[in-house]
Amino acid sequence: MHMADALLSPAVGCTMWAASAGTIAYCSRKVRLEMDEKKVPLMGVLGAFIFAAQMINFTIPATGSSGHLGGGLLLAILLGPYAAFLSIASVLLIQALFFADGGLLALGCNIFNLGIFPAFIAYPLIYRPIIGNRPTQGKIVAASMIAAVTSLQLGAFGVVLETVASGISSLPFATFVTLMQPIHLGIGIVEGLVTAAVVSFVYKARPEILQCVTPAQAAAGYSIRNVAIVFLVASLLTGGVISRFASEHPDGLEWSIQKVTGKEEVEGVKGQLHVLMASLQEKAAFLPDYSFKEPETPKEVTLHPASAARIEAADQTSGKQEKDEGNRLGTTVSGILGGLMTLVLAGVTGFILKKRIGAA
Amino acid sequence: MASINKAVLDLKRLDLLANNDSVIHRLDARAKVLVTCVFILCIVSYDRYELSALFPFFIFPAVLIALAGLPPLFIAKKIALLCPFVLVVGIFNPVFDREVLVNLGPLGISGGWISFASIMVRSILTVGAAFILVGVTGFTAVCQALERLGMPQVFAVQLLFLYRYIFVLSEEGGRASRARELRSCGRKGLGIRSFSSMIGHLLLRTWQRAERIHMAMLARGFTGQFHAYRQSSFGKAELLFVLGWSALFVFLRINNVSRHLGTLITGLFT
Amino acid sequence: MSHHIVEVKNLRHVYSDGTVALKDVSFIITHGESVGIIGANGAGKSTLLQHLNGSLEPTGGSIHIGHTPLSKGTLPDIRRTVGMVFQDPDDQLFMPTVFDDVAFGPLNLGYATADVEQRVTEVLELVGAGHLRDKPPYHLSGGEKKRVAIATVLSMSPDILVMDEPTNGLDPFARRQLMALMRDFEHTRIFTSHDLDMVMELCDRVIVLHEGEVRADGPAMEIFGNDKLLAECRLEKPLSMQGCPVCGGGPARVSRPHPPHHHHHHHG
Repeated sequence: MHMADALLSPAVGCTMWAASAGTIAYCSRKVRLEMDEKKVPLMGVLGAFIFAAQMINFTIPATGSSGHLGGGLLLAILLGPYAAFLSIASVLLIQALFFADGGLLALGCNIFNLGIFPAFIAYPLIYRPIIGNRPTQGKIVAASMIAAVTSLQLGAFGVVLETVASGISSLPFATFVTLMQPIHLGIGIVEGLVTAAVVSFVYKARPEILQCVTPAQAAAGYSIRNVAIVFLVASLLTGGVISRFASEHPDGLEWSIQKVTGKEEVEGVKGQLHVLMASLQEKAAFLPDYSFKEPETPKEVTLHPASAARIEAADQTSGKQEKDEGNRLGTTVSGILGGLMTLVLAGVTGFILKKRIGAA
Repeated sequence: MASINKAVLDLKRLDLLANNDSVIHRLDARAKVLVTCVFILCIVSYDRYELSALFPFFIFPAVLIALAGLPPLFIAKKIALLCPFVLVVGIFNPVFDREVLVNLGPLGISGGWISFASIMVRSILTVGAAFILVGVTGFTAVCQALERLGMPQVFAVQLLFLYRYIFVLSEEGGRASRARELRSCGRKGLGIRSFSSMIGHLLLRTWQRAERIHMAMLARGFTGQFHAYRQSSFGKAELLFVLGWSALFVFLRINNVSRHLGTLITGLFT
Repeated sequence: MSHHIVEVKNLRHVYSDGTVALKDVSFIITHGESVGIIGANGAGKSTLLQHLNGSLEPTGGSIHIGHTPLSKGTLPDIRRTVGMVFQDPDDQLFMPTVFDDVAFGPLNLGYATADVEQRVTEVLELVGAGHLRDKPPYHLSGGEKKRVAIATVLSMSPDILVMDEPTNGLDPFARRQLMALMRDFEHTRIFTSHDLDMVMELCDRVIVLHEGEVRADGPAMEIFGNDKLLAECRLEKPLSMQGCPVCGGGPARVSRPHPPHHHHHHHG
């Protein structure tokens, strides 16, 4: 599933962008240093193949619905992690620009969720060890299945974390996770099946294709660490920027304490027609994003304590803005009216411009 | 898959739009990429309950569609196919966020509905901005702009290959898919067995094609280095375009023009 | 101009899976000749062509282009001398626009920007594709793609043109256009094709490949007049040499073929 701009906060969006851009830069360097210029057209054409392959689907037994190839893991198996990551990123970029899948800011998240996990986790740490040096039919099926399920589970979890950390959606963390993970278990199994089927086919028809990746794989463990470092540096940098922004609003924490106390106050008058101000405060206290920030934080900390803490701080700052925005909502009626008017104005401007250009 | 078939057709159309000639089309792609980025960042930087302040931002797509002569209906239809994921996730907001935030007379509107509406408006604006960027620039130019803004060359080049061969391979995929449907009488032949051998063959053909392309490159003196041939430059018009729009976006971000306007109007009638 | 000579000596090629594609192929093509290489599917035509610019390495035998032996060191030079037009133009047109594609070769050869610009404009005019300059290749028709593919090769000013199935998949009009274009070239030309009428019209000399060997090599008229040879190699007379099914010309006329430019017109 693709993350979308509309569900993202700038802090989360930019962090993920930095992480993905850093990984792209690192992988590009790797591919360039490999000096295998044959790979560049191959990467592009295989990326295009993913689109073509998605035009062909099959009936999933016993369900009646149909499935198709996602492709991340297959690309990793065919191209090796670095080239595959770039290829997946390109597929996602095209989807973002042409197919309304997500948007440009969310691209960072999508590349991360759908690229990093298959290319740098599922393939080198799961698929390769299981396959070993002598692939068999059984090994291919088992390896593809486990690798696909794992990378999709991780990817789905990434979507949940990013959505929740952004705080635009009101879905509580727990609910969202229980929705996303089972769905992606299904998607992962289908993806595993398809990947296994295609890999077995290629293995029978042209085994040398699958071998062309192997030598580059020797240093996999080492290079994964490099990718992790790139990611950490990127998020550290972004985190630094965000924290500077956050330090200009030092009252974030203070306000969040107020919010908690405010909650009790307002609960007392619940049910009455309340002053808008008060209702907003209650609303702010009940904000699901506030309550699920707790379970989500330790996860981030394991990733990188400093940056996670900074994101946290930034979130609280935006929380403060929320209150201010809330105050403004007191005049929402005029806001909506004005909004509609500007919308009409924008449309009219476009229309007049078009007419004038048409006349010219 | 019919939807992907259609998506590829739309992609072709969007790509053709970029061949138009207009004030906007003639600008250096980097300017358009930068403005689009500022636009999207401004939009997503609003908090979740912001709705009215988003509307003035429609001026950007409206003006660009008009100046560039893009077909507004086509763009609108593309946007209407909004990522279903947004809709699914967004619709939970009214469920979990029932607190009444605004009272319109007897009607109480919950925060969930407001944030849901906000998510949808954001979606329209951000997705629309991406479409318009491609429509007024073209994918190749966007790609080259990104390269000149620091995207690694390897990535840029294989991206261009990908884009080039989407058209060739999706036709191949579409043909294969039709051929199978024609012979599969209902759903019987559409299982995973025939699927995997089809995809497998398609993959092998694709692989061979990549080998031939590489051969064609070598035949024309390719030695591993791509030589770019660039014409456009970042001049005064581009600078004006970037600064002008960015200033407007920042202004709109700081001032809720909708609210000011609304207050003014309601003030007039009370 | 010794540059234009192609000499193939005892060429042998065995693919890695053990298939013997070429057993023993020898011929010499001299300056300005126009040669058609024909043969059934799997006779080894494409394998042979791929050797001519070093895309494949011979298992045995040698290739000389203008007295230069083909080897790793001479490869760049030979690739500039031998312009190869691929069967599927989609394989050859991989750049974002027609201009970029035609400029790809000259830029790789290190020409100055102004030179490249001029060269590209010239060859596009030559193949009648000047108006397609800024178009992406996927918006071109089959005939346009083919002509642009030829332009991408011409822009490197090769001495020898090698074309794999040039008229494959073209409509009759585009085919005529292309043939007219190819007839005007002064390069040494080597074609492979199943379009025997085209070979008949464009080539003075024909080499027949059969199961990886040269089965016949001689003037086009002579080869297309030899029914036994053609049948053995799973080939046929060009239509323009066959008896006309409408006006009653039977197989008896085969021994005395129509001149190649003779056209029948039947109405109603």
